[in-house]
Amino acid sequence: MAGAHYDEMRDAGGAVRAHFRLLAAWLADTPAERVAEKRREADLLFHRAGITFAVYGDEEGAERLIPFDTIPRVIPQAEWSELARGLEQRVTALNRFLHDIYHGQEILKAGVIPAEQVLANDAYEVAMVGLELPNHVYSHIAGVDLVRHDDGKYYVLEDNLRTPSGVSYMLENRKMMMRLFPELFGRQSVQPVEHYPLLLLETLRAAAPPKVRDPVVVLLTPGAHNSAYFEHAFLAQQMGVELVEGGDLFVKDGHVWMRTTAGPQRVDVIYRRIDDAYLDPLAFRGDSVIGIPGLVSVYRSGNVALASAMGTGVADDKSTYPYVPEMIRFYLAEEPLLPNVPTWQCKRPEDLELVMDRLAELVVKEVQGSGGHGMLIGPAATPEEREAFRARVQANPANYIAQPTLSLSTCPTFVGQSTAPRHVDLRPFVLSGREVKMVPGGLTRVALEPGSLVVNSSQGGGTKDTWVVD
Amino acid sequence: MLARVAGRVYWMSRQMERAESMARILGVTSNLVLFGEQELQRQNLLAPLIITGSAEAFFARHEELSVEALIEFLALDRENPSSIVCCLAWARENAHAVRWQITSEMWETLNATWLEVRALDPKRITGAGATRFLDWVKERSHLFRGVTYGTIMRGEAFNFSRLGAFLERADNTARILDVKYHVLLPSVDDVGGALDYYHWTALLRSVSSFETYRLLYRDQILPIRVAQLLILERRMPRSLAACFDQVKEAMDRIDGQGDQSAKRLAYELHARVTHAEIEEIFKNGLHEYLTDCLTDMDELGSRIQRAYLGDV
Repeated sequence: MAGAHYDEMRDAGGAVRAHFRLLAAWLADTPAERVAEKRREADLLFHRAGITFAVYGDEEGAERLIPFDTIPRVIPQAEWSELARGLEQRVTALNRFLHDIYHGQEILKAGVIPAEQVLANDAYEVAMVGLELPNHVYSHIAGVDLVRHDDGKYYVLEDNLRTPSGVSYMLENRKMMMRLFPELFGRQSVQPVEHYPLLLLETLRAAAPPKVRDPVVVLLTPGAHNSAYFEHAFLAQQMGVELVEGGDLFVKDGHVWMRTTAGPQRVDVIYRRIDDAYLDPLAFRGDSVIGIPGLVSVYRSGNVALASAMGTGVADDKSTYPYVPEMIRFYLAEEPLLPNVPTWQCKRPEDLELVMDRLAELVVKEVQGSGGHGMLIGPAATPEEREAFRARVQANPANYIAQPTLSLSTCPTFVGQSTAPRHVDLRPFVLSGREVKMVPGGLTRVALEPGSLVVNSSQGGGTKDTWVVD
Repeated sequence: MLARVAGRVYWMSRQMERAESMARILGVTSNLVLFGEQELQRQNLLAPLIITGSAEAFFARHEELSVEALIEFLALDRENPSSIVCCLAWARENAHAVRWQITSEMWETLNATWLEVRALDPKRITGAGATRFLDWVKERSHLFRGVTYGTIMRGEAFNFSRLGAFLERADNTARILDVKYHVLLPSVDDVGGALDYYHWTALLRSVSSFETYRLLYRDQILPIRVAQLLILERRMPRSLAACFDQVKEAMDRIDGQGDQSAKRLAYELHARVTHAEIEEIFKNGLHEYLTDCLTDMDELGSRIQRAYLGDV
């Protein structure tokens, strides 16, 4: 893979691309010790502010910093505009799809997607059938993962439609860069991202039951030991809404209420950062201690909104992913602006055979997996790992998909005492309320090990500030 | 404010105050046992266990009553829920759960305290090391109180923090006085010798009021005046009167039209120390008076829990 990838800063001939020129000049002028010193300062500030990431399985209370890289990733405005159009198109089609499968099921009748792919999916939620949602929006916040291949084009890797995380790092990274390197922002105009919490609040308020005039929004977290707790607390604070746990909410007289010191207060919109299965022990998992008994019946009566809606997972499942381009054509009568990565579905015998033959070249993923777990990167795996994974796939083919190993683009990254290219991806956050909105850029994740393609923070990946510049 | 968050803030402050109280009690005890005949020494060693109601738990784990065993049990034992290290761990745990609703300085103070306690070598907490440790606990409590007062918004979190701290402090003052009085002097008219004098000053020092006593009374240390100071003197910040002033004020500021029973009881306790004469208290029995106060404070704690904090 080495050498073949697209570099964000330099073209194939080694010349600095136009939109990176100011940054490259600054890098050349700035001694490495100064960058290293600033990096240490950033670590200290992140630690002190408690911008940490809890790690499952570590010692109780263990918290880690997500490594922050001080060299931003730069995207030219024209390129971002293209991306933004593609993202809006994709998320719009996905929301149309979700509305359709819980109503007329036109796409199934037309045979565009096999009915069992949708109706037999674990994430398909019968309780959602026929329910009318404000603006027909199911996924209010989507974090779409994009990668740039060696052909220079962006591809969609995953649609995270339920509870994508990482936006707090996008915001904190920008704040940190402005604090550490104010001179950089004087040299060129970087498009702002700081208004994201306002847009998010606006989106959540737009999701409220239509008859509510001044909706009360809360953010529902599984609690302080959740790995993304920092983000939950951060977003609640930035929006000025209450950060609640399941025990803070209860159902009475057909509404959801929160327990406050001044008595019960009605809640209209719940931005939930917990999975469907844990929402309501009466409807789903009876052993859930983080859910709210009776929530689903209030939801079904239209007296409270959930963001995202229940049953959204059927649309961002990796086995549904291959059909998204068809959804776009079906609902919007447009050609997809952002391509999918070619995907083989192991449930098809002919695909399975091909995947088994080419295991050493492919990336194989669990349909329901996330966070970089339950996957095999063929070229990086040892023969033993490949054979172990082969057995798992053959035991349950329908649970796996496979894709070619993409050569993620690289971006200069500060490692050790100097800069070196490291692989990156991009997660923009797409908000769907009355209309679709996003802030320019998103979260850039970076694999810090040389040659590594794993950018997930749970596996040691870092993050960068992302600049959209004119 | 969310009931759960208020509960965490209330207990965070209570646990920190409790750690400080324990440090005070142990500090005085380790001084007192240097004097007196055996029976008195034993009484002095028992006092902290009686004050904290943990004599039974202590003897289940220790055969011999000594200063070392007391420190081990009341300061360092992670299995004793009212030990200093447990209180500090709980205070930190509560702060962790609401770190975005309190100020970062408050969180950092409790977190740093906990990190230091975790790194502690128990072997060094003996003799002079114990005194240093107990002083350090007091300092961390002072620091936390100062940071809280200096940084937190005057809203519900502040009210519940005060409520927790002052209810705990009142509880502690009442217990110390009750037990020590019992150990030292069964009769009001007794005037003790030099050893008694030493004990009374130690008691006053344990609640930081030796200097205050000197300033206010400019006289020898009389038991009835000690009681006056610790119960009714509202200028003395650890007296019941001063604590109930703070409790009442915090209660007044808390929103909520629902359950008024907690407010009613807080007013009652406040009135009880406002319109009282120490001579009358003694006539009816100091022990009975303090027992009543402690029972009502306990009840007030339950009512606060019920009215505002949910089932934490």
